[in-house]
Amino acid sequence: METVTLTIKNQPTLYLEADTITPDNFSGKKASEIAALHAYEGRDQVTLGKYFEVSGEGGATAEDTRIVVKGNVSRVKYIGMKMTAGEILIEDNPDMYTGAWMHGGKLTVKGNVDAFAGIGMKGGEFVIEGNAGNYLGAAYRGDWRGMQGGVIRVKGKAGSDIGYFMNGGTIIVHGNTDVHVGTHMEGGKIIIKGNAPSKVGGQMVGGEIYVYGGIDVMMPGFKYAQDEELEVDGEKGNFSLFHGDTGERHPKRKGQIVYGKLYLRN
Amino acid sequence: MSEYLIKNGFVFDPTQGIKGDKADIAVKDGKIVKSTEISSKAKTIDASGKTVMAGAVEIHAHIAGPKVNEGRNYRPEDKLFTYTPKGAGKRMAGGFSIPTTFKTGYEYARMGYTTAMEAAMPPLFARHVHEEIKDTPIIDEGAYPVFGNNWFVMEYLKNQEIENTAAYISWLLEVTKGVAIKVVNPGGTEAWGWGLNCLTIDDPVPYFDITPAEIVKGLIEANEYLGLPHSVHIHQNSLGNPGNYTVTLDTLKLAEKFKAKNKFGREQVLHSTHLQFHSYGGDNWGNFESKSKEVMDYVNTQKNITVDTGCVTLDETTTMTADGPFEHHLTELNHLKWANVDVELETAAGIVPYVYSPDIKVCEIQWAIGLEIALFTKDHMRTFITTDHPNAGPFIRYPRIIKWLMSAEARKERIDTFKHGAKMIEATHIAGIDRELTLYEIAQMTRAGPAKSLGMANLYGGLAPGMDADVVVYDFNPNTPHKPDDIEKAFSRAAYVMKTGVPVVIDGEVVNNGNKRTIWVHAKVNENPQVMRDIKDKFLRYYSVTQANYDVSKHFVPNPYVIEVDAT
Repeated sequence: METVTLTIKNQPTLYLEADTITPDNFSGKKASEIAALHAYEGRDQVTLGKYFEVSGEGGATAEDTRIVVKGNVSRVKYIGMKMTAGEILIEDNPDMYTGAWMHGGKLTVKGNVDAFAGIGMKGGEFVIEGNAGNYLGAAYRGDWRGMQGGVIRVKGKAGSDIGYFMNGGTIIVHGNTDVHVGTHMEGGKIIIKGNAPSKVGGQMVGGEIYVYGGIDVMMPGFKYAQDEELEVDGEKGNFSLFHGDTGERHPKRKGQIVYGKLYLRN
Repeated sequence: MSEYLIKNGFVFDPTQGIKGDKADIAVKDGKIVKSTEISSKAKTIDASGKTVMAGAVEIHAHIAGPKVNEGRNYRPEDKLFTYTPKGAGKRMAGGFSIPTTFKTGYEYARMGYTTAMEAAMPPLFARHVHEEIKDTPIIDEGAYPVFGNNWFVMEYLKNQEIENTAAYISWLLEVTKGVAIKVVNPGGTEAWGWGLNCLTIDDPVPYFDITPAEIVKGLIEANEYLGLPHSVHIHQNSLGNPGNYTVTLDTLKLAEKFKAKNKFGREQVLHSTHLQFHSYGGDNWGNFESKSKEVMDYVNTQKNITVDTGCVTLDETTTMTADGPFEHHLTELNHLKWANVDVELETAAGIVPYVYSPDIKVCEIQWAIGLEIALFTKDHMRTFITTDHPNAGPFIRYPRIIKWLMSAEARKERIDTFKHGAKMIEATHIAGIDRELTLYEIAQMTRAGPAKSLGMANLYGGLAPGMDADVVVYDFNPNTPHKPDDIEKAFSRAAYVMKTGVPVVIDGEVVNNGNKRTIWVHAKVNENPQVMRDIKDKFLRYYSVTQANYDVSKHFVPNPYVIEVDAT
């Protein structure tokens, strides 16, 4: 596997939209070709080389390409957008839309990510060692197709509206989240190892939400069903299952109504 | 003085019966002229080995107005990754199924379309429609105000007052700067205000106590009384429901009693739009099937009807119609977001995104029905290509539809990759049709036919001397072997497009914003104090705006082309 290292040398005045930073775009390219790839700063088209020192070269395919992003990238958006394979390691805190519409590969952020990270994600592994912002693994504005596959793991806490319109895949948050978890969720799994204050599973049609800590205010549309012994994220636990959101439509499967499942750890 | 000579192309012009002969098209000052009338200084455009047609005419698309704009507002995801930055003389443009006004103009022009009709203008929001038309570059545009659920119309027609109906229509066309009488789900949209619908032509409208059949017949009569360029343009009752083809035939039969009366050469009294949505058999989505043959067998025998296809293109799109109850029905089916509005005394509208998937049997059947309508057609001067943009698919897919119509191989390729191909074949006729339409028939369906149906055959859709110089050159040689995809490619990006004598597209790229006009119809009637009093009264009693704030004043229509009709 070949490694390309991007070290930020100039801070953009506006935010830099750098959706070209992916193993797919870097594969088969030399450092100079990578530096010539386009990005946008406001309405101006610029090159990556204007802001980053590029060293190393891409592998033959995306799968063989690893990207390490160094330095303060808090003004850089869209890193890893639509990546299908390979690896990216971001050592600092990137701005919004990190790993958006990711299809595959591995994306690791040592610091925190801002909002809309992993939106519309279809596959791959996305690890955030710090905290995540709002709309993690959500749908793009207006869209009804949120996260559909893959795994997002947040070692810290997450913001509000995570897993909005989630259809598949898994989001694991080790810390607490803010309000609105899995709104409009139709599939997939959200595991919150800390607390979630309120509005958990609003208008949830299907899928599963696990909360290890507490929920301050439950949505009124959830009904207690039973207690269950389950293994979640590799550890066993005893959970109370709630069905919901009963205010929302629910499909039937084999004559049975399918509800969204909200598990509270006992 | 600008002169052009488009030389040596294979010309397809149904208005003159030219079927691919090599000919030169001469242009002088925005009009087509005889080759002898231009000087030696004329700029020559070499079209040798290429196809030459008139600019195409869009008879039915939703491209401007509040409904389209609400679609844009509530579907940011439709714009995602579609924007192109501004260029020389070009604005930033984007959107897929509901493109920006600029993209609408650019994309039509690049396909060789030079005229388009907005298919449903809510009169109360006519100003918005015209603001968007004004911002749509290059193409000439007009808009059809909707009349089928209008309180005035229903009240007058309840008492068979044709003259009053005609006077009201004349007034409304003038104040909204409209082109023709559009009818959407007659009576049904008003019934929706009561939570009801009119699913047959005999279901009475609540309170108004009139039936869809009476509304349609009355409007046809008023249309011919006025002698408007276009006929009544109808979106029928029970759109999109399995088994609706009987309602379709019932409605079409209403036209039998009437004869076209106008000075524009129009022969039909009823244009039935997006027929695909109205040619369904079965009684549920399980036994849903094509009834295109039954419908077209009837249409083929009736000279007083024109139709357009409403072809499903198998894309993710945005449905939007003044058929309020239908959109509610649709959101209950696909559970996607729904917008709905009631337009006071006039109409309503609904919007729901829709994904026509090649993996869903019903969508595959819908795809087949749209094409079957075109392929079962005997007279292509009476059947036109549309997608009811954006309802059955975006208009940018016309080249693909042309490919499917011109190539049985392309249709087979598509069917072979359907998930439920065998079941689809059972429910449709498409697999058994080997007909391949000719370029001449395509020119009829996209140029001469719609222009004639609109009553604008003197202006658009042909290359005869005296007509507007809307000329298109496609990089397609009909006399050499080609693959189906070559057809789609050539029609997607015209090699050369001229709009009223101004070159607007060269090699598929927009080079000029042209001199876009707004077409509207001024129908003069005898003074009618009763109707004027009724209008004043309705504004005082019911409308949320005053009459003075209703009129589309001149600055909304900076470059008008007014078609005069005298019904006094």
